[in-house]
Amino acid sequence: MKRVAVVGASLAGVRAAQELRAQGYDGGIVLIGEERHLPYDRPPLSKAFLAGTASPASLELLDAGDLASLALDFRLGVRATGLDPAARRVLLSDGGSVHADGVVIATGGRARTLPGFEGAHTLRTLDDAVALRSALVPGARVAIVGAGFIGAEVASTCRSLGLEVTVLEALPAPLAPLLGPELAAVCARLHTDHGTDLRCGVQVSGLSPAGVELASGELVPADVVVTGVGMTPSTDWLAGSGLEVGNGVHTDAGLVTSLPQVVAVGDVARYHVSGEGRRHEHWTNASEQAPVAVANLLAGHTSRTYVPSGYVWSDQYAGTLQLAGHPLPTDKLTFVDGDPSASSFVATYERDGSTVGVFALNNAKLFNRLRRPLRRPAVV
Amino acid sequence: MIRACTVDELPPGESVRIPGAPAIAVFNTEDGELYAIDDTCTHQDASLADGWLEGCFVECPLHAALFDLRTGMPSCLPAKDPVRTYPVLVEDGVIYVQGTAQEDAA
Repeated sequence: MKRVAVVGASLAGVRAAQELRAQGYDGGIVLIGEERHLPYDRPPLSKAFLAGTASPASLELLDAGDLASLALDFRLGVRATGLDPAARRVLLSDGGSVHADGVVIATGGRARTLPGFEGAHTLRTLDDAVALRSALVPGARVAIVGAGFIGAEVASTCRSLGLEVTVLEALPAPLAPLLGPELAAVCARLHTDHGTDLRCGVQVSGLSPAGVELASGELVPADVVVTGVGMTPSTDWLAGSGLEVGNGVHTDAGLVTSLPQVVAVGDVARYHVSGEGRRHEHWTNASEQAPVAVANLLAGHTSRTYVPSGYVWSDQYAGTLQLAGHPLPTDKLTFVDGDPSASSFVATYERDGSTVGVFALNNAKLFNRLRRPLRRPAVV
Repeated sequence: MIRACTVDELPPGESVRIPGAPAIAVFNTEDGELYAIDDTCTHQDASLADGWLEGCFVECPLHAALFDLRTGMPSCLPAKDPVRTYPVLVEDGVIYVQGTAQEDAA
């Protein structure tokens, strides 16, 4: 293999480039990124960067030494517009193309938007964060649609800036389908304890000059409106490539697409285990998939399969939330340290007699102890 | 010299945090080797003494950055900068850390 094109220059793409080198590949690596910025880390965008306490430089994923040792051929500010497997080319928005023997698809996704909310802020990119930050002026009233991780972190940061915040959530409690009702109530409490006006079970109908209109006809006054309602995988550019797409790029259990020289990593990768498609939208997943996908790309076939740790963290108000595993709301929740009303606790999720998940609020040490067994699935 | 704890208080696989400026984390690996590094992860505010010890590496408890206890070097993202390392010595069953970092240990 003489040249690998990595399409997408965020965490998953960068980790893939690092893994290519770590696994001994010494050919060319072209890193294609739609954003004009050098690769940066996204988690701080809703936290320290939005709060103004982290500089753009602190977000950079690669320092000068990394850049020198990785020897990447960057194509930044350029979007991939097509993949032509027969010609082994990635087509680019500037009219050019990249010839490559191997392709890593790491195109992530776009922030989903809501009809009627055109012009509202979203938060996925550095530019999004810069735009939102400039709107968070003293006295601004902020309305956030969606109490998921992004919505909750933006709300938390806005409160830390002293702004009035209303969070509008369609679910009965934040993150309820992910965490289950008991821990969702804890997330709700974090909001209300810190002065955020959390309204659950509300339907929004659109943006008005005065704020957010609810389906009930009520108006939530706001100067700044942010929608945090998830993301859509970026696969449009793969139309006509022959690759199977639909809620992500479909791969086998080793992140290899129907073409052995094309693998997918990160938010965009929909891998299949026992016929079931799975896709994760988290930092750790984007980082952990690279070694497996790259090993298979270099091997030319699926020699390794991906086992996710399912690790997610979120910083909200005074809480560091950590979740590992893939629990279901129906799993049995047991508090192994503290209780849901405490400022720090650890709980486990159990299903059919085994622990399938761990959740912690402000107790990283015990969390990491308990999540270890989850990371190494029993050998069958 | 900073007193960490007694040898008995730090069995293999365990770690202890010495508060201070900077706070220092002392580790006893499964092989019984003692190491001391800055306790605060260079990525974000997290205590490495709360991290997971595996061989000569500790994984940050928050974001899984991995540091080599021998050199302080990070071996994977999200950390990019090393932590400082400190000499450790044992005297009469007590573990001490020399409070001056080995800046160029890496």
